Amino acid sequence: MQGFVQNIGRTALDFLATLGRITLFSLTAIRWIFTPPYYWHQLLRQILDIGYYSLPVVGLTTLFSGMVLALQSYTGFARFSAEDTVATVVVLSVTRELGPVLAGLMVAGRIGASMAAEIGTMRVTDQIDALDTLSTRPMQYLVAPRLLAGTICLPFLVLVGDIIGVFGGYLVGVYRLGFNSSNYLARTLQYLEVSDVTLGLVKAAVFGFLIALMGCYHGYHSGRGAQGVGQATTNAVVSASILILISNYVVTTIFFGG
Amino acid sequence: MLATPKIELLGVQKTFNGHHVLRGVDLSVASQESLVIIGTSGGGKSVLMKCLNGLIKPDSGSIKIDGQEILGKGRAELENLRQRFGMTFQFGALFDSLPIWQNVTFRLRHQRALGRAAARDIAAKTITQLGLLESVIDQYPAELSGGMQKRVALARAIVDEPEILLFDEPTSGLDPITGGVIDRLIVNARKRLGATTITISHDMASVRRIADKVAMIHNGVILWSGQAKDMDKSGVPEVHQFVHGLVEGPLTNEKPNQASENRARP
Repeated sequence: MQGFVQNIGRTALDFLATLGRITLFSLTAIRWIFTPPYYWHQLLRQILDIGYYSLPVVGLTTLFSGMVLALQSYTGFARFSAEDTVATVVVLSVTRELGPVLAGLMVAGRIGASMAAEIGTMRVTDQIDALDTLSTRPMQYLVAPRLLAGTICLPFLVLVGDIIGVFGGYLVGVYRLGFNSSNYLARTLQYLEVSDVTLGLVKAAVFGFLIALMGCYHGYHSGRGAQGVGQATTNAVVSASILILISNYVVTTIFFGG
Repeated sequence: MLATPKIELLGVQKTFNGHHVLRGVDLSVASQESLVIIGTSGGGKSVLMKCLNGLIKPDSGSIKIDGQEILGKGRAELENLRQRFGMTFQFGALFDSLPIWQNVTFRLRHQRALGRAAARDIAAKTITQLGLLESVIDQYPAELSGGMQKRVALARAIVDEPEILLFDEPTSGLDPITGGVIDRLIVNARKRLGATTITISHDMASVRRIADKVAMIHNGVILWSGQAKDMDKSGVPEVHQFVHGLVEGPLTNEKPNQASENRARP
């Protein structure tokens, strides 16, 4: 019994210690975002990687999610003759929920993993120490641009993903379910408010920050060798995915009150 | 009156997770001297090297450069200090995502705002001095052989003409001929820059080529140090075993707990 309690206590302490380390890491990185010199080339490279090269995967994901959402909601709403609401349900679900969460999870898999692997490899091959010896702060050169790029790019990705997702719903609604095109579009816009889109974009910015933070943190503290980098990559993706789901609820709750 | 040593270490200690990696290292290197540190793997050589330029902070002791204590200095002061150092790492530690010319001129571009054209010229000039073709500057580290990567790492270390050069196993993993070429480049670079160098090496042929002075570290302390020419008559069994690569001897007969402590790394 005593051992069981000790284990719980040790796990709780480890969790708090990790939380403290991540908080300090993120505060340090945020400080370096606003401190010169600014590594514009690094920032642009990350923006291209996160924002541009993630477009296909985010576009495909939201397109098919919008399509399947239209089909499923039609099936449900037809049971009580509320088929007209399909367009509204699709646009609200995509902008408020599915767009940011699916884009976040896809980017966590693609970018979180790549950041952890790249920085982890730099750690185990002494490249991070080499940066220090060349009088360059690794946090400022490697971490700060990634955090900034993640926070900036995710909202843009989600905005594009929202449009593609709604378009997917439109394709299914008009060409499969037989809705009138102009009626569907009118319904799509009728109940959509700016705050619906804003909520999704705020979530996206939070997710982008968390994905980059987890990728950088786990890469920066990677263990030795290929196994250490592999573990760091796994930890980055898993922790970013979990944090996306938790913060999704938190942000929704904050906005729900408003 | 004796001249102030360029680098002086007194009682430097470092512990990682209860393992004593450095147990009180005392060393002194004169200006423009070439010191080579030898010792078995995991004996604390790389940790000592990283303590010298502030990558690792010792638990206690003193490290002086030109008589100035560096322990306790702030981050900004350490960054200024590091501009006086050039360092190569065991596996090169070149930046994979940057072409060779950006690797070589990394500090010049980021610390001294050197322009692209000037940086390319300097990179080309430096690597051709080290026997590489100018066309290499647009390649990436992964496209180069191990020997070429070592030369690029050397170029990055010397490009801004530092006063102190640190080399962590510069010939490891190279064939004897390429290793000999790297040694010659190190000796030439040191002479040309008038730099003080500290090198870690397991390669005794290399040690004999580049060392003025040799120090052997074992169990976290300097077991012996002296002129390179006196290495074979040190009278210390561990040094004798290491220098001659003998399988039997005090280094292989150490207790298991000593061995595990020797392997302790950060």
